[in-house]
Formats: sequence, structure tokens, C-alpha cells
Amino acid sequence: MFKNSSFLIDITKCIGCRSCQVACKRWNQLEAEKTHNTGGHQNPPLLSAHTWTLIRFKEFEKKEKLHWCFTKVGCMHCEQPACASVCPVGAFTKTETGAVVYNDKVCIGCRYCMIACPFRIPTYEWKKAFPFVKKCTFCFDRQTEGTRPACASACPTGAIAFGTRTEMAKKAHELLKNNPEKYNPHLYGEKEVGGTAVMYLAPKGVEFKELGLPELAERPLPTWTWNALRFVPSQIVVVSAAMAFFYWLTKRKTKKKDVNKEVRHDA
Amino acid sequence: MTHNQDKVIGTGSIILIILMALAVPVAGWRYFNGLGSITNLSDAYPWGFWISFDLFCGVALAAGAFVVAAVVDIFGGKTMKPLLRPAILTGFLGYILVGTALMVDLGQYHRIWYLTWSWNLHSPLFEVGWCVMMYLTVLALEFAPVVLEKFKLEVPLKILKRVSIVLIIAGITLSTMHQSSLGTMLLIMQDKLHPLWHTQILPILFLNTAIAVGIAMVIFESTITMKVFGRPAETAAQGKLAKGLPWVLGIYFIIRIADIAFNGRIGLIFDGSRESLWFWIEMIIGVIIPFFYFLSSKVRSSTPAMFKGALMVMAGVMFNRFIVSWLGIRFPEGSSYVPHIMEIMISAGVVSGGIMAFYLLSRFFPVLSEEH
Repeated sequence: MFKNSSFLIDITKCIGCRSCQVACKRWNQLEAEKTHNTGGHQNPPLLSAHTWTLIRFKEFEKKEKLHWCFTKVGCMHCEQPACASVCPVGAFTKTETGAVVYNDKVCIGCRYCMIACPFRIPTYEWKKAFPFVKKCTFCFDRQTEGTRPACASACPTGAIAFGTRTEMAKKAHELLKNNPEKYNPHLYGEKEVGGTAVMYLAPKGVEFKELGLPELAERPLPTWTWNALRFVPSQIVVVSAAMAFFYWLTKRKTKKKDVNKEVRHDA
Repeated sequence: MTHNQDKVIGTGSIILIILMALAVPVAGWRYFNGLGSITNLSDAYPWGFWISFDLFCGVALAAGAFVVAAVVDIFGGKTMKPLLRPAILTGFLGYILVGTALMVDLGQYHRIWYLTWSWNLHSPLFEVGWCVMMYLTVLALEFAPVVLEKFKLEVPLKILKRVSIVLIIAGITLSTMHQSSLGTMLLIMQDKLHPLWHTQILPILFLNTAIAVGIAMVIFESTITMKVFGRPAETAAQGKLAKGLPWVLGIYFIIRIADIAFNGRIGLIFDGSRESLWFWIEMIIGVIIPFFYFLSSKVRSSTPAMFKGALMVMAGVMFNRFIVSWLGIRFPEGSSYVPHIMEIMISAGVVSGGIMAFYLLSRFFPVLSEEH
């Protein structure tokens, strides 16, 4: 079994063959889907319940240089996943392998995970009467058996390196140090939203947001909700105590009034 | 009852029944063919009209129940007592409506009770779910005396009367919890929600606006019921309750502006963007105008005037809920969402059911009786 697994995706090495996409479909037995030509190499155009990983194709000219970029997108397997923190029934777990895994046995279908995910990865079975959330599992099943994820083992150029997160980060920093002319100096995913298990290296002169990877703060998203939720126990005590106190105060006031009335009557 | 009894069924009821009837086959269609068959929701827009309107606006509009309960039973505002039962009924039905809408929106609606055993204490929605379930029970018990009185069941009435203060305090606590936690829910979207609305104090702002819209809703609902049932308007009680509005709105205004300034975002409200315009629409219609409006004792002694002011507050808070749960969120590039007509039909059917239930219960049970 692998532990604290990670992908280091080197975009400079990706040739856009989509072997990873095919391997993912085959291993997870995902249905084929009707797709349409969008004028590029990206096909199907979006992630879906049947497509858990995808080569995103971007073509742009910068400083008279043509950039052709293929970015393998899919679940980032965050170190502090927003999906796992918001799910009301705890259907998501960050496992020892590093994979963020979804448990369809408890999912109630609120889709909070989908809106919470900073990378907008979870997808839904919109056509099913009893739909589930679908996303990349980091081949959790293969990893527990000691086999690399399907996409990584299918990649012919080594663009998807697989190893522990520490190893991958070290490898990335070595690459960046030794080839400053080749890479954008930022290691995407190392610190974004508290770190992700999937990290990217981009070609020099290309910004990550140009590849469709969002610019994100380093602060893990679940800290925002927890910073409010942690006050709930005190809220319960304070509000009920205050209400009980004011109730008692009101009662005493009305009693006094009644007593005063009686006194006046006697007089 | 002075209500016109010779007409068995009025135009209003017919419209409500039609809207309810239309929603049934639409919901049925969804149960066989999935959410995609009746909604324009997608992976890019997993939440849509139902969440913004039915859940976020619905829960806020149902806040009147706890506000009036606190004012009357805790702070001794006896003059406002005539507003209490209708407010509790509005709240009770409001939460039932939210639940009903969720039965269509949730993918695995039959599993909603899984919340009771599969816990995630880190999820704001877990807390909201629990609070709403418990508060629904509390509201049912708070409303039960109305039904028990009708059938003259003295023993359970006595028991409920004994525990009533416990129920009221529990109801207030649960309300402050989930009204604020609905704001907490949106905090996770730090990367998506516009910085004018995303702030750590969003839960406080949510509670604050819920109190404001709760008061407004009680004024709105009591004005309409009294008219429908041909009773004298509860102007005095409404006016007394409305006295709280400038306070609540004023506090909201101060915290809102102070928070924006504290976060160094004042520039955003003057940058002429679409969002800055929304900010001012919400502030002017929902906060600033009603603040000055309800300060006037002339307004507070006229039911039609207060009704107008209440509408403004409701519009402002509903707009706020639509912004934070939909309009102000950055969705993936190239995606778009306009609610499907069938989504609106479901919401319309659910709301009609609520109004119908309110009408029937008020007509046949002692909801509006003066002696209570």
C-alpha cells in the first residue's frame, strides 16, 4: 500500500496523447459519452460523471512564441479538502494513501461538495433518478494493492510522476533549480489551499491561471467555516442562558407590578 | 368568523390549487428521470434557484417565529401577543416548505435522516440540518396547543404549558444557531464569493438580517391575513414590533460598513462594478430607506405604510440571499445558468401549498383568536 501519495504533473512533458484519459476510463469502467468537436485537442470538453480525468488543451501566443499546453485535470486530492469538511454526512475522507475518497453509501445528494471545491472537480449523475457524486479516486483501490494509479502507469512520457508528496515536492524543486530556463518557477499545488496531493509544473512564460488552474490563497478553505463553527457550543450556552435570564427578569418585573397593585388595593 | 362563508372557494384558492397541482407531475418526472430532466443545473451550477429561493430565502423569511417568541415570551412584549400564533404558524409552515423543496432538490432525498447517524461536526450543513430538524419539532410543539384547544384536549395542553418556556428558549437558541450557520455555509467559498460579501462575520450578518426580515415577514403576513379574514388590522401590535426594525437595520448597516472598512474593501463599493451596484441596491432598498421609514411614528401607526416598509426589507434581504448563494459567486468560465421553468414551477407549487395550509389552518383553528 502506498502512503501520502502524490502526482507531480510536468506540463512541459505532456504530449496530449490522452492515454491517461483512456486508462482512467478502462480501469474505472466508465461509460463512453457522446461528445462534440470544440476545435482543439480537448475531448470531451468537460469533466463529467463518466470522465474523471481530462487533458485540458490551451493554445496561445505570448511574446511571439506559440504555446501549446496540455494539462491533465482531475481531483487534486487536497491535504485539507473542502469537500470533506463541508459534507454533512462525512461522505468524503482524506485517506492514508493521500486519496480523497467518496462514500456513496451515505451521500444524501446535497451537492455542497461540488460548490465548495475550489477546483470544481466533483461531478453529478444528472440523468439518474438516484444520482451520486463522481470524481477521480486517485485509484485508491489500486494504491491499496500497491499498484500505481492507472493514469500514471499509462503515461508514455513520464509527465505524471508518482511518489510520496515529500519526494515529489523535492523532485519538483530540483527540476526548478536545475532548469530555470524551462519552467515557471512556481510549484502549483505545493501551498495552494493548504497544499494538494496533485502538483503541477508549467512551462516558462506560462501562468497557471492561463492553463485553467485557479489562483488560490494558501489558507485552507475549511479554516473559514471552522472559525465560525467552533463558536457554536458557546453560542448554545450564551443564548439559552441569556434568554433564561431575561425571562426571569421579565417575570420578576410583572410580579412586582402585581404586588404594587395589591398594595394599593389594600390602602 | 366574519369571513365570507357563502363562497366555497375563491379565485385565490383556485390559483393556489392549480400551482400545487402543476408541481406534482413535474416532481414526479424528476423522480424517474433525474434532476437533469427538470432543471438547468449542471456540474458548473450544482446549486440553483431552489437553494437560493427555497432554502436561503425560505429559512430567513421563517425567522419571524423566533423573533416574536423572544419579544413576547422572553421580553414580556404582551401587546404583540396577537402576532405570536400566526408567526409561529408561518415559521412552522416555512420550515416544512424548505423540507419539501429539499425532497425534490436532494439527489438522495430518502436518506435525509442519515444526518442523524452519519456525523460530520466540521460541516456547517450538518449543523443546519440538525437545527432545522429539532426546530421543526419545537415549532410543532409550540403550534400544537392551537390544535389541542380546538379539540379540548386538556391533559396534553397542560403538559405543553408546563414545558412551554423550555421550548421557547430552545427554539430561540436553535434559530440563532442555524440562521447564522447558513452564513457559515458560504464561508467555504472564499475563492468564489465576491469579496464584498465574503467575510468571516457572514454568520453574524446572516443572523442580523434574519431578525430584520423575520419582523418584516410578520408585518407582511399579519397584514394580509387580517385582510383576507376581514378582521381589524393589528396596527398597534405591528407598530410595536416595527419599532425594533430601525435598531436591527441600523446595527446591520454599522457592522456591514465597519467590516468592509476593516477588511480594506471600501474601494469595492465605489468601483462602479456590477457588484458595487448590487451592494447599493441592497443597502438602499433593504436597509437605509426602511431605517428612516420605520423611525417615523406616523408610519408605525399605519398598517398600509408598515406593509410597504416590510416589503422593502424583504426585497433587500432576499436580494442579499440571492447574491451570496448565486449571483455573487464566480462560476466556471463559459458556464451559464438560468432556472428552468420547471424549477420555478416546483417552488411555486411548494409556496402555494404553504399559503393554502396557512389559510385553512387559520380558518378552522384558533390561530387568530383574540382571546389568546
